[in-house]
Amino acid sequence: MSSRDLLLGRLRAALAAGGPQVPVEVPRDYRHGGPLDLDRFVARLIDYRAQVHRVSEDAVADTIAAILPAGATVVVPPGLPSGWLPSTVTVRPDHDLDNGRIAAADAVVTAAAVAVAETGTVVLDGSPDQGRRVLSLLPDRHVCVLRTAQVVATVPEALARLTPQRPLTWISGPSATSDIELSRVEGVHGPRTLHVVLLP
Amino acid sequence: MTHTFLGMPSTAPPGVGHLRGTEPFPSAARRSLADPQLRRNLGHATATIRARSAGMIAEVPDWQQLREAGRAIKTDVMARLPELLEQLEARVTEAGAVVHWAADATEANRIVTDLVRATGSERVIKVKSMVTQEIGLNEALVAAGIAPVETDLAELIVQLGDDRPSHILVPAIHRNRAEIREIFLRAMPGVDPGLTDEPAALAAAARNYLRQTFLTTKVAVSGANFAVAQTGTLAVVESEGNGRMCLTLPETLITVMGIEKVVPTWQDLEVFLQLLPRASTGERMNPYTSMWTGVTPGDGPQAFHLVLLDNGRSAVLADPTGRQALHCIRCSACLNVCPVYERTGGHAYGSVYPGPIGAVLSPQLTGVADNASLPYASSLCGACYDACPVKINIPELLVQLRDQAPHPRAEAAAMAAAAYTMDHPRLYEAAQRAVRLSRLAGRRGCALPPPLDGWTASRDLPDPPAQTFRQWWAGR
Ligand code: SF4
Repeated sequence: MSSRDLLLGRLRAALAAGGPQVPVEVPRDYRHGGPLDLDRFVARLIDYRAQVHRVSEDAVADTIAAILPAGATVVVPPGLPSGWLPSTVTVRPDHDLDNGRIAAADAVVTAAAVAVAETGTVVLDGSPDQGRRVLSLLPDRHVCVLRTAQVVATVPEALARLTPQRPLTWISGPSATSDIELSRVEGVHGPRTLHVVLLP
Repeated sequence: MTHTFLGMPSTAPPGVGHLRGTEPFPSAARRSLADPQLRRNLGHATATIRARSAGMIAEVPDWQQLREAGRAIKTDVMARLPELLEQLEARVTEAGAVVHWAADATEANRIVTDLVRATGSERVIKVKSMVTQEIGLNEALVAAGIAPVETDLAELIVQLGDDRPSHILVPAIHRNRAEIREIFLRAMPGVDPGLTDEPAALAAAARNYLRQTFLTTKVAVSGANFAVAQTGTLAVVESEGNGRMCLTLPETLITVMGIEKVVPTWQDLEVFLQLLPRASTGERMNPYTSMWTGVTPGDGPQAFHLVLLDNGRSAVLADPTGRQALHCIRCSACLNVCPVYERTGGHAYGSVYPGPIGAVLSPQLTGVADNASLPYASSLCGACYDACPVKINIPELLVQLRDQAPHPRAEAAAMAAAAYTMDHPRLYEAAQRAVRLSRLAGRRGCALPPPLDGWTASRDLPDPPAQTFRQWWAGR
């Protein structure tokens, strides 16, 4: 007998031993959405030590130029709008970059799929303007450019917009640990600095 | 594989893994209670997390509705566990992964070891996972000549210190910064001898130490917080980014999950992703949550194995009341509100699952005879039930298990009385007054009078709390 059959057999017997099953109705009277409050979103991002820049689309490149030192090496997903990138940095588009080169970059610039205002979260889904998961993981600085239309108020709204089959990374502030006497330290293994550029 | 009849729910086998302590709770607790540093660290940590979590929960107007939904979803999962697992297997397989079924710890360890061997790698990186501690995977890997590297900062502290985790969420809660610095200086290869005990410096040392390991290790082992039957999606929540490293960089990913972690639908995640971070770390959302479905061509591990583990869960499922313990989402809120845990710490519970949930889960996984003192490691004050984000009625389970536990009567009485007294200030003061009187009468030490002395033989008495945990929770 396979372990699969053994295990499923055990579980069916366990359920039978407990008597007849009553179908369970899941109450879903919690909030499924809410009014979008962008100021709250920004406050929540800042609360989790992200740095927020609210600018118009034509100011993205200048904003990034101000964030990153001149000459910085920046990896970007292949589908990132090229107009977002300033001429002051060295851009390496991800055409099969190896991990060593990604790790050696000073920063990564990506777009995002969805953001959640209540929790100060941005979600990446691997679309061409966000790229492979490793891109936003190894460099020490992550600049994430977001449009207001991508921001929803609540977690349920965010899940409803996302495609489960895509690789998803939910990011709420920079990498952090509280493992040493519970004092929060930003930046263990992921990027130590997170910038969110919020467009109208 | 063990030779069991088809269809017999089965407890976790002895001799492998970490579900059984080497001594009963009272004697293990006596040692923890005699360690003032440990008690200070624990008191600080549990109070801090409680306050953070309370603030975050107060922000959510529909917290009680979310808890009800969480409980109902988990009740539904248990009632339909076989079909949900088959559905999960089908979706995950369609998405390019391989699903393995493990009847117990021994079989899971063998499956993982064989998978790692097949890759030729002599090292695996691991992201914190209770279930791989439960089955003793690290020991099995080491026995096979494979080095497991724990990448979670707290787990790394525990591993380098040759120590055991003491808390679900912050396994090194029993170590302070000076101790951690000493452990790093002693056991971390290539560490800067000028390392200070600043938390930021200690975290940076871990970052440097692990970076190369992340970039050069071809196999990772993870647990899972949730697995969605409808879509085949796995989810891991974390803070540091070591989880993302393990889930993204290696060529091969092996995820070991207890069968109870499955949830029916994608939509169900909206409940648990709200409940877990606020109840657990006291955050609106934890820094990173990764979700993946099978293999994504060109992105992340190109080989993915999912190991579905029983190891006693079928036996827990067979008890219609006891199966609530399988609803647990491992947030650790019940530990942080427990007056007994706060004083004894996690090691006293023997099993990898400490605190109130450990006191009801471990005895059910192993059979109550093998963890007979754990159901008594509680005052039945009810704070755990109030704190649990999926409303597991832990006191009800404790009472039921006490009925089943073949426990020495005197010890049981001492345990229950001590635990009860700790949570009832007036009795406690009376007991302390009795202690003072007995000291005046010439007795040595400051132990409690009988029948409480069975438990308090070698420790100082902490000050009684100003209010009970139930009052505190209700008024928070
Ligand atoms: S029993 Fe409830 S409170 Fe305790 S760890 Fe599990 S989910 Fe959290």
